[in-house]
Order: sequence, then structure tokens, then C-alpha cells
Amino acid sequence: MDVVLFLVFAIIAVVAAINVVVQTHPISSAVSLIGVMGSLAVLYLLLGAEFIAAAQVIVYAGAVMVLFIFVIMLLNAGAEIKRGRSIMVQLLGVPLLIAFLGLVAYFVERLFPKGVSVHFGEFTGPGDHALHGFGSAQAVGRALFTTYLLPFEVTSLLILIAILGAIVLARKELD
Amino acid sequence: MDLFIIITLIKLVIIAFVLLTAVAYLQWVERKVIAHIQVRPGPYRVGPHGLLQPLADVIKLITKEDLLPPYVNKPLYLFAPFIAVAMALLSIAVIPFGPIVRVDGYETYMQLTDLNIGVLFILAVSSMGVYGVALAGWASNNKYALLGGLRSSAQMISYELPLALAVASPLLVSNTLSLRDLEFAQKGGIWHWNILHGGQIIAFLIFLIAAFAETNRVPFDLPEAENELVAGFHVEYSSMKFASFFMAEYLNMVTVSAMATLLFLGGWDAPWPAEYGSNLGALLLNAAVPTVIFVIAGLTALYHGAHPAHKLDRYTLTAFGVIFLVLAAVFLVPIVQGWLLPLFWFCAKTGMILFAFIWIRGTLPRFRYDQLMGFAWKFLFPVAMLNLLVTSLVVAWVS
Repeated sequence: MDVVLFLVFAIIAVVAAINVVVQTHPISSAVSLIGVMGSLAVLYLLLGAEFIAAAQVIVYAGAVMVLFIFVIMLLNAGAEIKRGRSIMVQLLGVPLLIAFLGLVAYFVERLFPKGVSVHFGEFTGPGDHALHGFGSAQAVGRALFTTYLLPFEVTSLLILIAILGAIVLARKELD
Repeated sequence: MDLFIIITLIKLVIIAFVLLTAVAYLQWVERKVIAHIQVRPGPYRVGPHGLLQPLADVIKLITKEDLLPPYVNKPLYLFAPFIAVAMALLSIAVIPFGPIVRVDGYETYMQLTDLNIGVLFILAVSSMGVYGVALAGWASNNKYALLGGLRSSAQMISYELPLALAVASPLLVSNTLSLRDLEFAQKGGIWHWNILHGGQIIAFLIFLIAAFAETNRVPFDLPEAENELVAGFHVEYSSMKFASFFMAEYLNMVTVSAMATLLFLGGWDAPWPAEYGSNLGALLLNAAVPTVIFVIAGLTALYHGAHPAHKLDRYTLTAFGVIFLVLAAVFLVPIVQGWLLPLFWFCAKTGMILFAFIWIRGTLPRFRYDQLMGFAWKFLFPVAMLNLLVTSLVVAWVS
């Protein structure tokens, strides 16, 4: 069951991700991106990280993508116009992409430890595994307010500065 | 087949059936209540007192021509009503309606599934519900629909913040994210409910106001303000696609009311500490409120049946009177009390909030758009923030 769900949503995620690039209209791309975010949330859920999954949906699929779509709707952006591609792109594009993906796969295989693997539902599952309870709201909250307190607070300050900056820039335009 | 899967399927069918019927009749109740507020009879022709009106509406909506306007973005146009209904239905999955039920030695909760992040799940699903409206508005390729969709997405994003902050404070008091545990934390009568116990009455009011905006109800129904936008985001939709937006709206109303019940009003508990024992005094006390209500309803119906305003009323109202009296008697049976009473209290509380939704629709005029946004950002959000701050300080002080 887990494997079937994983395969279904992994395929949806990959197809939607390709669709983001292939689609010519920005709204279609944005909707595909929501699909990617949603299926990623399901993958987190399969691992047992329920809080992370909910946060993924609320923050990315919900808040961020709503803003994307909102802006696209407001700007009334039309479909992208396809220009004729140069011969170099047509010839070398696909081989170069395959070569790049192969390189990435090679380095992932080489650099990441082999013995460690994560199983379905491990973050909440029974037993006293090191990752047990890692995905719960309590664990994430504790980590945020103890181990990662400084980065957490600094990030919030950074976001505040970014918001103020956005308002200042937008105001200038209004005057 | 696993017994668990069978029981879950049975629960699924029951919940879906009851919910969809309730949504259909919620619309009947809404039309009736608003009609009576405006001193007119409301639906009256189809069935006794218009009781079959929802059925007639459904048949009408299904058999109408399903128009696909030209120049719409076809995939998104078809996808939008689907996502609106799907997201509205999805959130009911984690809402518990009652305590554990024992059927032939097998125990099950009156709930489809209990996530330990139930509250976050509902917030997440409701934040996805925005897309139904926003995409419908955009894909229709119509300026009124687009404006409606834009208004709705802006409104929903803005009101999601005070809503989430208002939800957070009872969570702090009860110290859990699971809706079932939330109910257990409020056991022991009205003084232990979050609305009084944690002093969360401000959070409750903020939640209700934000919920009105989230479900696009009067006084915040700007996405479909008829006199400026024709019908707003669903102006190009017809037949069942149009109906699905309505269904989503009413489903969201039910979900939000159930959420308010669970978060603030003690879920399925009676307002006094109730023990479902075989003791006769406890039995009568527990059943007192529902029995009295149904007896009064039954006697009223019987009286009006005896003095009918219409010919048919003589039979229909008498039948309803007898049904109500039988229901009143059922509440006194000790075996069913254990699950019927919690269900009654849950439905009563949720129903009261739903009635408030309808009441306010019959009472208040619509906000202007800038007032709506100003109210969210300049008043509701700071108040919710302050309430959360005070609550967390108090919780930290007490523990």
C-alpha cells in the first residue's frame, strides 16, 4: 500500500514538475507547481512526518502559490510566445540534459551514505529509532525553539525586513 | 477484507450520506429562516412546507443544460468546481462527531480518522479551497468572474491569518492538535469549555468573524456581490458545476461550525458533567434537554395538525408530531443514550452556529471592499495577535 501510494504520488510530482516547464501559460505552470507541492506533502505524510506535510500544504501549496496565482491574475499575463529555437539548442539540448542528470545521479550515489535508509512511516512509527517522533509538531517546535533558536529568530527578522522593503519599494511607485 | 476497512467504508457511506442530505436541507432551512425574517412563507409548494424543495432543486440543477462557454480555459474551468467540492468534503474526514461506539464487541470512534494534526489538516485543506474560487474566476474569461475570483482570493488570504491565530489560542489552552484530544481536554461541563475555561471568548468571536469571511458569507460575500459583479466568480457556470460551488459553500459552513464546536464549545459534551449510567436520575437529567425539545416540537406539530392552515397539514403535521414524540422517547432508552446524546449535543451546537450564519445573512448588509480588508488587517489581525500573546503568557504562567 505504502509503495503504491509512493509510486503514484512520486509520478504525479515528476509529471507535474515537467508540466511546470512545458506549459506556456503562467497559470497552468502555477497550477502544476501546486500539484508538485501537494504530492510532496503526501510523500512527507508517507514518511510519517505529519506536521511537515501539513506545513508544506499550508505554506507552499496554500499561501505561496495563492500569491503566485493572485499576481498572475492581477497582471493578466498572457501565454508565452514560443520563439524558434536555434539548431544548437535542438541538437544538444536533450543529450546535455541526460548527461547532467547522469552526473547528478553519480554524485548522489557517491557522496551520500549508503547504509542509512528511511522507511515508510518511520518518523512517527513505533520503536525507539533515532528518528521516532521526529515529524511531530512537538519535536519540530522543540527543535525550533532550542537547537535552532538563533537561525529561527534571525530568519523571522529577515522576513520582516523583506516585507518592509517591499512596502517601501511599492510606496515609491505610488507617489 | 479487513474488519477495519469494512467499518471505515460503512462510516464513510453514512457520513457522506448524512452530510450531503444535511447540506441540501441546510439550504432549505436557510431559505425558510430568511423568509420568516422577511415575513414571507418561503418555499411552500413542493412537499409539506416545502420540505421536498431540496430534491426539486437537485433535479432541476441536474437536468439543466450544462453549458461550456466559448473562450474559457477549458481544463481549469472544469477543474475549479471539482477542487472546490473535493476540498470541502475532505476536511470533514478528521472531524469527530461523538465518542467511542461499541457494536458487537467492536469499538470504533464516530470519526473517519484521527490525525494528530487534525486542526492543521483542516487549515491546510481550507487554504487549498481558495483555488476553487480563484481558478473559477480566472478560467471563466469574464471580467466579473475575474474580479470575483480576485476579491475572494485576497479576502481568503487576509482572513486566514486571524482565523489561524484564533484557532491557535484554544490549542494552547488544550495543548493538543488532535480534534479528538481537544474534545477530551474540555470534559466536565460548560465551565471547562475553552470558551469560558481558557477565557477564549475573544478568540471565539474572531474565529466566527473570520469564518464568515472564509466561507464567503454575508456580510463578507463580496466575491459574489450581485449588484456589482452579476454573480461573481461563478457567473459563467451552469447546471451541476454551478451547484457544486453552492455545495462547497454549505459544506464549508458545516465544517467551520463543527470546528468552532470542537475548538470552543466542548464538542459533543452536554453543558453539565454527564455520566451515562443506568442510574435513573442521571438518565433523566442527561436526556432532559433533547426530550423536552422534541416533546415541545411534537406537541406544537400536533396542535397545528389539529388546526390546519392547509388541508394537507392535517396529515403531514400530525405525522411529524408523532415522529418528534417517538424521538423524544428514544432519548430515554439507556442503551442508545451513550451515543445518541453526544450526537445530539454535537448537532445542536453546530446547528446553533449554522443558524447564526443564516440569521446574520438575514440581518446585515454587505461590507464595502476596502472596509473588509481594513477590518481584517487593522482590527481583527492585531486583536487576534494580542489575544494569542495574552493566552500564551497565561498558559506559561499557569503551567
